[in-house]
Amino acid sequence: MSRQVNRRPEGGRIDRDRSLGFTFNGRRYTGFAGDTLASALLANGVMLVGRSFKFHRPRGIFSCGAEEPNAIVQLGAGARTEPNLRATQIELFEGLEAASVNCWPSVEFDAGAVSDWFSRLMPAGFYYKTFMWPARFWPQYEYVIRHAAGLGRAPAEKDPDRYEKFHVHCDVLVAGGGPAGLAAAFAAGRSGARVILADEHSEFGGALLGLGAGIGGKPAIEWVESTVGKLRGMAEVRLLPRSTVFGYYDHNDLGIAERVTDHLGPAAPPGPPRQRLWKVRAKQVVLAAGAHERPLVFADNDRPGVMLASAAQAYVNRYAVRPGERAVVVTNNDSAYQVALDLDDAGVKVAALVDLRPAPEGPLADALRDRGIDVLGGRAVVATSGGRRVDAVEVGRLNDDADRIVGGTRRINCDLVCVSGGWNPAVHLFSQSRGKLRFDAAGACFTPGDSYQAERSAGACNGAFRLADCLAQGLAAGAAAARDAGFRKGRAPAAPKAPEPEAAPLRAVWRIPLPGDRARGAKQFVDLQHDVTAADVALAAREGYAAVEHLKRYTTTGMGTDQGKTSNVNALGILGQVTGTDIAGVGATTFRPPYTPVGYGLLAGRDVDHLFDPARRTPMHAWHESVGAVFEDVGQWKRAWYYPRGAESMRAAVDRECLAVRNSVGIVDASTLGKIDVQGADALELLNRVYTNAWDTLKPGRCRYGLMLGEDGMLFDDGVTSCLGENHYHMTTTTGGAERVLAWLEQWLQTEWPRLKVYLTSVTTHWAVAAIQGPNARRLLAELCDDVDLGAFPFMSWRDGTVAGIPARIFRVSFSGELSYEINVPSSLGVALWQALMTAGARYGITPYGTEAMLVLRAEKGYVVVGHDTDGTVTPQDLGMDWIVSKKKKDFLGKRSFARSDTARPDRKHLVGLLTEDPREVVPEGSQIVEEVRPAPPMPMGGHVTSSYWSAALGRSIAMALLVNGRNRHGETVTISLPDRNVRAAVTKPVFYDPEGEKLRA
Amino acid sequence: MLEITCPWCGPRDETEFDYGGEAHIDRPKDPDKLTDEAWAEYLFMRKNPKGPHLERWMHACGCRRWFNVRRDTFTHEITAVYRMGEKPPGDGA
Ligand SMILES: [Zn+2]
Repeated sequence: MSRQVNRRPEGGRIDRDRSLGFTFNGRRYTGFAGDTLASALLANGVMLVGRSFKFHRPRGIFSCGAEEPNAIVQLGAGARTEPNLRATQIELFEGLEAASVNCWPSVEFDAGAVSDWFSRLMPAGFYYKTFMWPARFWPQYEYVIRHAAGLGRAPAEKDPDRYEKFHVHCDVLVAGGGPAGLAAAFAAGRSGARVILADEHSEFGGALLGLGAGIGGKPAIEWVESTVGKLRGMAEVRLLPRSTVFGYYDHNDLGIAERVTDHLGPAAPPGPPRQRLWKVRAKQVVLAAGAHERPLVFADNDRPGVMLASAAQAYVNRYAVRPGERAVVVTNNDSAYQVALDLDDAGVKVAALVDLRPAPEGPLADALRDRGIDVLGGRAVVATSGGRRVDAVEVGRLNDDADRIVGGTRRINCDLVCVSGGWNPAVHLFSQSRGKLRFDAAGACFTPGDSYQAERSAGACNGAFRLADCLAQGLAAGAAAARDAGFRKGRAPAAPKAPEPEAAPLRAVWRIPLPGDRARGAKQFVDLQHDVTAADVALAAREGYAAVEHLKRYTTTGMGTDQGKTSNVNALGILGQVTGTDIAGVGATTFRPPYTPVGYGLLAGRDVDHLFDPARRTPMHAWHESVGAVFEDVGQWKRAWYYPRGAESMRAAVDRECLAVRNSVGIVDASTLGKIDVQGADALELLNRVYTNAWDTLKPGRCRYGLMLGEDGMLFDDGVTSCLGENHYHMTTTTGGAERVLAWLEQWLQTEWPRLKVYLTSVTTHWAVAAIQGPNARRLLAELCDDVDLGAFPFMSWRDGTVAGIPARIFRVSFSGELSYEINVPSSLGVALWQALMTAGARYGITPYGTEAMLVLRAEKGYVVVGHDTDGTVTPQDLGMDWIVSKKKKDFLGKRSFARSDTARPDRKHLVGLLTEDPREVVPEGSQIVEEVRPAPPMPMGGHVTSSYWSAALGRSIAMALLVNGRNRHGETVTISLPDRNVRAAVTKPVFYDPEGEKLRA
Repeated sequence: MLEITCPWCGPRDETEFDYGGEAHIDRPKDPDKLTDEAWAEYLFMRKNPKGPHLERWMHACGCRRWFNVRRDTFTHEITAVYRMGEKPPGDGA
């Protein structure tokens, strides 16, 4: 265990009484409560944290926040492991385990020699150029890419944690809890508005936590604490720390990822969820997301030890960590001067402050000079040297146009390079809300322009980088938001004073020129995470990828997990230079959610497993389970598939079940059938309009089969509808089509036929249905039912009666081709009915059968299953079902489409039966019928097999198919092409068993 | 996610609704009299404007009533909600 060698003896917002042990890449370290993983690593002298994406160059901690491109780690192990987290945002906890994500074979292994030749292999457009051709090599390419590009790994196990969602409405949502956000929440909150203030950090204060600034004559942190205290006292204000506003969607809908217990690690209590997704509909939004410091682009600017200046400042102030011994600060603006002073205060030797601007003046420059720190104006760091850590910089003088280094360079030894290229407002949420960005030439950055939604920006994300302006803008924005949300009392309180020296303008230099002797080979990194250099950007532009969206995809700049927070604007600036326009003319790429990555667990919340896809079970489900049924999913239903006896195979069980139905009696649970109660003066008219056949002649007590079509004439659903009495019908649908049919009928009634008086009620689950089928079905029913005259109960009729003492409605319909009764009883009595039938049926060897036997039995009869033998391109005529299409009805849904030229074509695909030459051959469903056998695909295709089974009753295989012109090809032999062989089959009528229907009507 | 105001239930999240495509496409009174082109026009052809669009929505997780909406397909702004059978307010689309 190593000592915290870089920890300052005092100060910082850490708790030195709470020491926390953790491991990084297998080594043990300690830090303090209040540390992030990054600050704790730096305290332990660990700067090297990863290897770069393409070139495997050593990379160090670069920032202290969401913009981190380098310190990307895999956190935890096993089912809870999480990839691609930023070490700069992981709060330290006891027992934390983390590892670099991209460091094969190890982070310490020096792949420098490799990277030199490798880099020549991977210029911009590498993926485009190298992996495009020939396409058949793609599997090899993919292997190479995945190995080279693997960032982190997802857990293989099921997520053991619980996640929750909150749906909330508020008047004002404030995104970001720095000075502007706190001020906005305060101003809005005091008007009485319902306010949510969300901030991604563990405590509010934002940049103030890492600055030594003052507000109202006191340390800024006191203002933060007092403001948070006031907000806590407001009943309608909700404070959400550790909560990232990650997405801004339509109609002021925003997503917030709250990390409830992540920071506790294994010590998390079992009660609360791990994370919580807030889906907020806000009347008004105040964006106070702050700003990210921008790096400078010079040669080898990626060495560990090169760090954003503001990050170094936060590490020494907030975390009491010295990120180096000897620093060079390089800047193009004033903000880094205070960094140099703070580093000096912290005992970091500042070797020099290098300012790109020619003549640095003012109180901060004077303060540095007073301390004996060199302030070098008009110069820039042009390159660094070092191995796993920077050991020196080279400083050269810029010419007036900043496109050349004048004279020689000077070497300054250092182990820390603090860079500041200005600031990029965090306009991510603003841009996601579809607000228009504009380029601010003075700050050389994109700032919010016109708003698109009910939103306003305040503070640094609005381009206001001075503390006093942040406070004033926050207060004004909060008050205005409350007012616009309907709270009249809102007027902005006076802003407290926050004195700062006047800032001098920055000098934008997108790419520091190389000294003349160094033009080749040096890498000036733009995107650290994706290893994109200034030369790559220039190459892309030369090759024609000069539009921003093209540049992004060609070079992959900004496409890492950090989404280019530190790289995008520099890339655009360089592109502007190369193409001879300016950055404003180049424009920005679109920002998309999420601001920082969010896990799938968070998005899913509780909507997983049965809560995502609920299972529906019939009243007899437990009985099926008790006899060992195997179930299959049909829509959301769990249906008994088959009932194996002992070690019986599926095929043997299905054969036995089918033969029982054909030879004696079987029983099937048909409760899942869709059932719709249709009532009203125009119920008959509705049936006539939605079914293809005529319904006027259907008398009470009778049933009729019907087909429903879409307006395109294609089959949509089928089922039997029965007349229960005047203006009252019982409609059945397919199991999977119940909701669809109800919605379809409702849509027509509400939108097109509002004058029809019809009332539809789904009664699917009101009834439990046991269907007994087979030559002994009548004998069995007679034993349990004495109040229905079974002799005068013809096929396609129904009767009310009593079965086994249970009031029942019995339909004599059949889906097996056998004598059959579908007995409907109230759901709660389904099990009693089933058991009574099983008991009484024992003497007939009654056999429960599942959906597989049901499908075989109907296929033997040539009955189609909608969605199995049809696919939305099949008409009744294609199925040979002209008999059910009324010639007399003037109109019904889909009728006109029969006359469309394509629908009327005589050689469409028709339903046929297929009998394979080898009767033992059961071809897979979906197999293609080819019109001509060739050595290899493509071959002319004639259709496909829709249903295919072993028929125990016939002692051979049977199949149905949709075949081009099939109706006119009975007797022909066709070829079914399987992956390993061809199978020949005879085309027949699609009826294999009892074609005259004698058993049905018996 | 859009916020849609059901004329019967009030403002609700988009996830409660089903989308029904372009509104005001009346089913022809006498389809048999139509040419194939005219029938195909009814069956298949739909407007696809960048801008205001009259369309039908159904409050599937609420009252299950169909109604009409005028929504800008580019800005997603909803400028009118009105019941079935009613004409779009103002100048229509
Ligand atoms: Zn509603």
